[in-house]
Amino acid sequence: MASEKPILYSYFRSSCSWRVRIALALKGIAYDVVPVNLLKDGGQQFSAEFKAVNPMQQVPALKIDGITLSQSLAIIHYLEDTCPNPRLLPQDLKKRAQVRMIADHIVSGIQPLQNLSILKQMGEKKMEWAQNCIASGFQALEQTLQHTAGRYCVGDEVSMADLCLVPQVFNAERFKVDMGPYPTITRINKALLELEAFKVSHPSLQPDTPAELRA
Amino acid sequence: MSSAAAKPILYSYFRSSCSWRVRIALALKGIAYDVVPVNLLKDGGQQLAIIHYLEDTCPNPRLLPQDLKKRAQVRMIADHIVSGIQPLQNLSILKQMGEKKMEWAQNCIASGFQALEQTLQHTAGRYCVGDEVSMADLCLVPQVFNAERFKVDMGPYPTITRINKALLELEAFKVSHPSLQPDTPAELRA
Repeated sequence: MASEKPILYSYFRSSCSWRVRIALALKGIAYDVVPVNLLKDGGQQFSAEFKAVNPMQQVPALKIDGITLSQSLAIIHYLEDTCPNPRLLPQDLKKRAQVRMIADHIVSGIQPLQNLSILKQMGEKKMEWAQNCIASGFQALEQTLQHTAGRYCVGDEVSMADLCLVPQVFNAERFKVDMGPYPTITRINKALLELEAFKVSHPSLQPDTPAELRA
Repeated sequence: MSSAAAKPILYSYFRSSCSWRVRIALALKGIAYDVVPVNLLKDGGQQLAIIHYLEDTCPNPRLLPQDLKKRAQVRMIADHIVSGIQPLQNLSILKQMGEKKMEWAQNCIASGFQALEQTLQHTAGRYCVGDEVSMADLCLVPQVFNAERFKVDMGPYPTITRINKALLELEAFKVSHPSLQPDTPAELRA
């Protein structure tokens, strides 16, 4: 099958884009990047050109196998369905549910509350707002992880939960959230950042990383 | 799942779109459950994990297509609603918006529905993706209910409106409706 390389529409610092970059790296899938700058030109995600790619006007979007997908977890699930190794979901169904719960909590319960459009609304209060959202979300997550975590978020295998965790911790650091109350999150994040897939996909190493932020 | 297992317990708020999605799934799968009504819903956005678990453990009727691309479209639509629309108009955000809250909610929903209407024009058959009820449909109906609560003009979204109407004719979407829950206030009961 002479398929073209997948194309990922991504912003270097978007945590949602990073999740997908990690998945692609873990699965060993080569892809091309089309950078979408969320800040320049009023936000390139709002261009008519990009709207044709993704009506939701958000990154990431992935062109693969003749279709265009958006929503990071939908994309990651598609990669999991079509490229099952290495697995990103445990075989045990209850552990699988735990992985999804943690991923959903980050993807629906934390990140959207501190994304660009909300922060714009918060004006001067934005730093405080972001810190509160993340702290509140991390407090709940820390408790959950105490029951589910092994080396990683759920047991000892890397899963979709871990793909969501690392970019969210990166956001927390950007917003200067005090990570002191979250030792489990901190430990797991550190262990994951030692893995190649989490390193090559890092915001500091992307084609659109500004020079001053490059690793 | 052992047959001697206790009935599942659903912590649910009658009007919460998150709870409603799960109630629909339980109704579609024919899973009896007990409800513990909760007034203050801790919205961690985890209902898709619950619905996926029900799908994994009780595969009939299926809520995800067998075709992997269609399956991805179902998840994309569900995620768009659950992560991209609903959290932006949840309780904690609305509190922050103070007087502007109605306008804010309308804008979030309108903006999200505009994108969704476009997507559905490529994916929809009788329902959100093709002709089978899926997780996308479970997310759509409660979000339209929210839109109506916030008085969003549904005129620009004919596909969403048509699909919503078709789904509300199905038993699972009716029995799980906010107007028919144990904790529905008398004045809002069907």
